[in-house]
Amino acid sequence: MRYIPHTERDIAQMLDVIGVPDVDSLFSTIPEKSRLRGELDVPAALSEQELLRVLSAMAARNANTDTHDWFLGAGVYAHFLPTAVDALTSRAEFLTAYTPYQPEISQGTLQAIFEWQTMICGLTGMEVANASMYDGASAAAEAALMAMRVTKRSRIVMAEGVNPEYRAVVRTYLSGIGAEIVEVGRAEDGRSQPIAPHIDGDTACVLVQQPSFLGAIEDLASAADAAHEHGTQFVAVVSEALSLALLEAPGALGADIVCGEAQSFGVPMSVGGPHVGFMATRQKLVRQLPGRIVGQTVDTEGRRGFVLTLATREQHIRREKATSNICTNQGLCLLMATIYLSLLGRRGLRRLAEINLSKAEYAKARVRETPGLSLPLSAPTFNEFVVALDGPADAALARALDSGIIGGLDLETDAPELGPSLLVCTTELASRNAIDRLIAALPAGSDSGSQEAAR
Amino acid sequence: MSDADRRSRSGNAANGFGYEEALLFELSREDRVGYSLPELDVPAVSPTDVLPEGSVREDLAELPELSEVDVIRHFTRLSTWNAAVDLGLYPLGSCTMKYNPKLNERVAHLAGFSAAHPRQPAALLQGFLHLCYELARHLAEVSGMDRVTLQPAAGAQGELAGIMMIRAYHEHRRDHRTKVMIPDTAHGTNPATATLNGYSVVEVPSNDAGILEPAAVDAAMTEDVAGIMVTNPNTLGLFEENMAAIAEIIHAKGGLVYGDGANLNAVLGIARPGDLGIDVMHFNLHKTFSTPHGGGGPGSGPVGIKNLLAKHLPVPVVQKSSGPDGDAYVLDSDFPLSIGRLHGNFGNAGMFVRAYAYLRSLGPDGLRRCADMAVLNANYVLARLKDSGAYKIPFDRTVMHECIVSDGNFSEQGVSTLDIAKRLIDYGYHPPTTYFPLIVPGALMIEPTESESLEGLDRFIEALLAIADEVHEDPELVRTAPHHTRRSRLDETRAARKPVLRWQPNAAE
Repeated sequence: MRYIPHTERDIAQMLDVIGVPDVDSLFSTIPEKSRLRGELDVPAALSEQELLRVLSAMAARNANTDTHDWFLGAGVYAHFLPTAVDALTSRAEFLTAYTPYQPEISQGTLQAIFEWQTMICGLTGMEVANASMYDGASAAAEAALMAMRVTKRSRIVMAEGVNPEYRAVVRTYLSGIGAEIVEVGRAEDGRSQPIAPHIDGDTACVLVQQPSFLGAIEDLASAADAAHEHGTQFVAVVSEALSLALLEAPGALGADIVCGEAQSFGVPMSVGGPHVGFMATRQKLVRQLPGRIVGQTVDTEGRRGFVLTLATREQHIRREKATSNICTNQGLCLLMATIYLSLLGRRGLRRLAEINLSKAEYAKARVRETPGLSLPLSAPTFNEFVVALDGPADAALARALDSGIIGGLDLETDAPELGPSLLVCTTELASRNAIDRLIAALPAGSDSGSQEAAR
Repeated sequence: MSDADRRSRSGNAANGFGYEEALLFELSREDRVGYSLPELDVPAVSPTDVLPEGSVREDLAELPELSEVDVIRHFTRLSTWNAAVDLGLYPLGSCTMKYNPKLNERVAHLAGFSAAHPRQPAALLQGFLHLCYELARHLAEVSGMDRVTLQPAAGAQGELAGIMMIRAYHEHRRDHRTKVMIPDTAHGTNPATATLNGYSVVEVPSNDAGILEPAAVDAAMTEDVAGIMVTNPNTLGLFEENMAAIAEIIHAKGGLVYGDGANLNAVLGIARPGDLGIDVMHFNLHKTFSTPHGGGGPGSGPVGIKNLLAKHLPVPVVQKSSGPDGDAYVLDSDFPLSIGRLHGNFGNAGMFVRAYAYLRSLGPDGLRRCADMAVLNANYVLARLKDSGAYKIPFDRTVMHECIVSDGNFSEQGVSTLDIAKRLIDYGYHPPTTYFPLIVPGALMIEPTESESLEGLDRFIEALLAIADEVHEDPELVRTAPHHTRRSRLDETRAARKPVLRWQPNAAE
């Protein structure tokens, strides 16, 4: 086994030092009746060459952005990944280190986290951010828990515009502690119905996603004002982080907590994970934040350095009184996002967001002029929107697939009231030609693999 | 002018090839770019024309402006400030810092895994779903459990899932229980998880030998206790010899047994939690199954269960359906008694690919070899340290994958575990886990893993022995360590008292 260095001679020498006759003797504390008889029934070891062939064959059975034009988003976004991101995060000094418990030999990881926290604060308009959460969904759940600690209340109001999978995770996380969850429906135009009537003096927080799951740009300021009238925390949830480059920072609109998913910042889709949740809040609430936090300090010679700090919130110190049970963060993925944001920077990120917006507006214009297709929701959007169809959605997606296109999300499960419809996302990866081919494939009357595809 | 002054005047802030590195924001220069974007092939839209008034932000002045070269140098320099498994022994107890094979990274980067989407049709995701199904099956075999869900994103989320399934099990039987029993050697995540589930914690002490006594468990067990959370081998590196008897006591009063699989590496192919009465457990793919720790994560925390909990599994569940055209893998969400969803998608899927590659690289013999050599290494370190008499050994018995020594011999010199740990850095080692488990004052918890060779261990032991000598000869040297890092000890009190958690322009230095 090439991963294990011991030779038979090494083993003999070590057993001699320990003073036992064989390796088996080291397991003498495991009672005989507790031992496994025989060997594990797992496949025999493969060589590197054989294994690569097996896994390449498995990988080849998955459609991906290399094999198809891509219009599926719904919480996980197909953006271009600059080469430098993977080159840097593949460095073993980042990849094979762990939580920076020993700051003198972890300054690389710690400084990168400090830079991540700074950029997340800037993008969200908040004052403090943590060193990441598992994903956007658990970040939303942790935000609700945090709001319950801050307000000492247990009623949660959540817009239906929050990604349905996030809402499911919030329900799971809160199921054991007697929280009440109220969901607020969608108005005709796609935005949330007014939140105010649902908030009362027992409401810990209101969660609204920006843009909503169906792509609508919400009126965060009104929702925040309504929450604050009752001393309720306002939580803005962001699942397409690139929107932060274009839309007003939630912090500037009254959010008390901003959380979500930063996968769009250079993290591969990777079938849904590992991604990187983020969480930011006001300075005064910092001691209620879950997860790791990095702070600046000095060493004994007065030189700037960084450490994990405010650990008295955390499980390894506070045990059952901790703010959360979270231990690991998504360190490698937050590093990807930090590198990505450094490359795109102040102007590139904005420009990229405008490209996404322009592609979506172009696609929406094509939908409007195409018989059989329509835009059922009138609210403004960023890079994702709903297309209503004149026939079954699965058939429309199948026609798109015949043209080499993953055409979006069938909303049959998540928004059945809209009738046959798709959630379509246009990132910078969507070429005009691919958009035209998608639009041509969606109406019920169009042939699969139409002439447009050959263009 | 001194050498240091001359070098500093050059502005490169280097000590040879050890570089100082400013923050990104300090390196930023207006109009510098690190990106190339394609020409827009559709009409350009001005945001203010299509978005509501007041919803468009002015600028992203908070982000830096850097070239690709700037960014590459910045993060490459930062990387040189880190200790890492690929640089040398990283004996962080309970974290299983074993070698992370390069092949795993290569296969996880295949576009069919890295560039696929969780919500694409299952028919177009068969390779990945097949891998999930097989990985879950192999993990079930390794652990002796009946089924495995891969969804939890980390060990702590696996604990959450497991305790939720225990709660769902009791509640479905209309059996309302309010407490969870946890040994005093447990990781902090265990009690924190119990609280998050609305349970209060009953702590049960381990005996003088460092393990749980059936009598102590019996005394604490009532019909109000939903279950016990046991780490086996425990955090002292000891096998819980009475596991089967303890499980019987818990089961007899209607409770269930949760196994924290953090230390599973020690028993691969030797004993299986499922055979010892464990009803539900989590795996740490980033410990036992070699996925990289990434500077703090991502982890991955699949959960194995016995069939009595199957109807409470998180959804969706990957199922295999065999037909005339061969096998197909489908996503099944039809579990009305499910605890629900813990992750926005399938979990940390990229880690499944790496762990699967690892399992297939090792096979049954390789898995067993991991446990054998991990346990051999830990016992070798313990034997040599014991022979030397230099360190206090709180539990003198055969250990599993990790061993514990303490600073108990050095109190006269005023040298603590923290000082030993910091001095080890000067010798080129990441320190062991310190001050844990809590029941051993001044603990140093050493987990070499199977990746370390005999001569590598000998060098590490020589370093520990040299430091023990230094404690007696020059305690100040140890108390002020590290001396050879680019930062000396950092002021953690100051960091916590006056938190500076982000860079701000014009902030007073």
